[in-house]
Amino acid sequence: MSDLLRYAGQAVFYAVVVLGIGYFSQRPIYQHIPPDEAQILLSFSHGGQRKQACRRLSSAEIAKLPPNQRRPNTCARERLPIHVQLVLDDAVIFDRILEPTGLSGDGPAHAYEKFLVPAGRHKLIARLEDRGRADSFSYESELVVELRPRQNLPIDFKADKGGFIFYL
Amino acid sequence: MNVLRQPLRLAFEAAQNALGRIFPDAWNPLLNLGALGFFFYWIVTVSGIYVYAFFDTGAAQAFGSVEAMTYEQWFHAGLMRSLHRYASDGLVVVMLLHLLREFALDRYRGARSFSWLTGVPVLVLVYVAGITGYWLVWDKLAQYVAIVTSEWLDKAGIFGQPIARNFLSPEHLSDRFFTLMVFMHIAVPLIALLILWVHLQRITKPRINPPRGLAVGTLVSLLALSLIWPATSQGPADLLEVPADIGLDWFYLPLYPLFETLPGPVTWGSSIALLVMFLAIPWLPPMRRPKSAHVDLANCNGCGRCFADCPYNAITMVARTDGRPFESEAQVGPSLCVACGICAGACPTSTPFRRASALVPGIDLPDLPLSVVRERLHEASAKLTGTPRIIVFGCGNGVPLSGLQSENVGVVQIACSGHLPPSFIDYVLSRDLAEGVVLTGCAENDCHNRFGIPWTEQRIEGRRDPYLRPRVPRERLRTLWAGPLGRHRLEALLEQFAGELARLPSHGEERARRRRELAEAGDV
Repeated sequence: MSDLLRYAGQAVFYAVVVLGIGYFSQRPIYQHIPPDEAQILLSFSHGGQRKQACRRLSSAEIAKLPPNQRRPNTCARERLPIHVQLVLDDAVIFDRILEPTGLSGDGPAHAYEKFLVPAGRHKLIARLEDRGRADSFSYESELVVELRPRQNLPIDFKADKGGFIFYL
Repeated sequence: MNVLRQPLRLAFEAAQNALGRIFPDAWNPLLNLGALGFFFYWIVTVSGIYVYAFFDTGAAQAFGSVEAMTYEQWFHAGLMRSLHRYASDGLVVVMLLHLLREFALDRYRGARSFSWLTGVPVLVLVYVAGITGYWLVWDKLAQYVAIVTSEWLDKAGIFGQPIARNFLSPEHLSDRFFTLMVFMHIAVPLIALLILWVHLQRITKPRINPPRGLAVGTLVSLLALSLIWPATSQGPADLLEVPADIGLDWFYLPLYPLFETLPGPVTWGSSIALLVMFLAIPWLPPMRRPKSAHVDLANCNGCGRCFADCPYNAITMVARTDGRPFESEAQVGPSLCVACGICAGACPTSTPFRRASALVPGIDLPDLPLSVVRERLHEASAKLTGTPRIIVFGCGNGVPLSGLQSENVGVVQIACSGHLPPSFIDYVLSRDLAEGVVLTGCAENDCHNRFGIPWTEQRIEGRRDPYLRPRVPRERLRTLWAGPLGRHRLEALLEQFAGELARLPSHGEERARRRRELAEAGDV
């Protein structure tokens, strides 16, 4: 093979390799969600109420404690599970009891759930119970929303801000 | 494993031969995969440092700064950004090919398992570095990568609060998380470099730079790609919108669609299983660990030739232990020795001419001692009835030799071309065991044991000890470096060589003439 042909062959080889790199570096396009759907993302981190209320220590009990650990109250660590419910257009799409985290069950419960829904008008109700009651919810929020295709609707929960937060 | 390895080996061999038609042997990209990996790494490093000077690490500013590089400063920062991206992709390609090729060539077991084991973490770290790099641009692809990665990590169930909550809404996004990503994107490649250094520790004279021609060709073609098809972002990240159509980098992110959709136990289980399998490959059957080279102190004078020629740092010269009046002796590290026999080929005591004592060199292979090679040589020679008689010395990793024997061709198997002391060639011709000698092995620049071919060529050319003596008629010696697909080339060479030998003066006459010439020249 002549030198010219060899150099031409090398040029073709380099071209094929770098074009392959260039192409697969960004193609083929991956469709993450269908074009006419939106996403509801429910995620929060919240600790339920303590299983047992705090109790005031008696003077004798306080006296028994080492001086540097003396305090007026004692509280059990364990927390209650959280009951969460998400209703979309009168249909329950999420209903779960979330256990507290941590070896002693004293950590917050976490949620991170995604729901793909058709774009359009929807009514959402989010409910949360953190006091252990089976028949009612301490927090409830309702939202009527026109979801655009591919819109992401995150829902967080912060008790100190009054409950559920919808990010629109 | 053999079922997987053999087709792969033949595929690599065919591709290598095809590239050998357009590239000079030394430039063949498939013979320089490790060196190309280093070359890509340095391009990524230099371009990364350059780009970092123009990059703003804030979550709100990152995308804008990358856009400014791409469009306003396209001729330098944008170019460097594209180089950074494409060289990173090139790195993944050559790294995976390197891994696959070493597997195909059976260069991952025994003493070589160290290099395999230290290579696997580098592979993982390069992926981590690449993924954190995509994160930093903070475009729609970055958003997708950040969310899928953090969701996948959360599925492991070992983190307290879900990491993915950092990307719940624009309010949740923190500059601190970006700073962590920048730190990781710099620290992880540095850790990879450190492991690469360890990766090369058991290799003598590692080739970490590609030949200049290949380096120039690679760099120019990457630059051309960067100019013609610059790397661009995919629109600013918006956590209130799902990134829908994403231009994934399929070199780094091919598993992301699966990570996103499959349950955590499946993705984590298969990832861990894959990693464990990669790490365990050197110990999967069939197990084969040849005995390491053995030093015979009675014949070792500590000359150090074996130490100089060992391709795997398996030999060290230590203080003499037997009281003989030599400074040092060779010591073999069994865990480092691949039993290539190059040390035996380098030993000046490995001469088949010995008559007074047995052929026991200072260093030898227990599985294939040179005394056995000499016996097999005599056997092969004795079977030759035709003329001209040719002895073929060949290794088990090069041209297949089975069935090559004929009335005028005898075959003697050796461990590696470098295993054969040059004195054996002299022995064949001066003892009239054959009229010609052919030495064959792996393809040029692709010796299974790294230095078998170059050391052999240098010994024949008189540039490396032990030399092939000048009295050996070079016209009666041929070498062929062809690899497993080179059988037809060997057969053609044998046919042509036989014709040439037949035209040469008879062996006896020629020896007498050469003896006279050498006597006159002073080499007696």
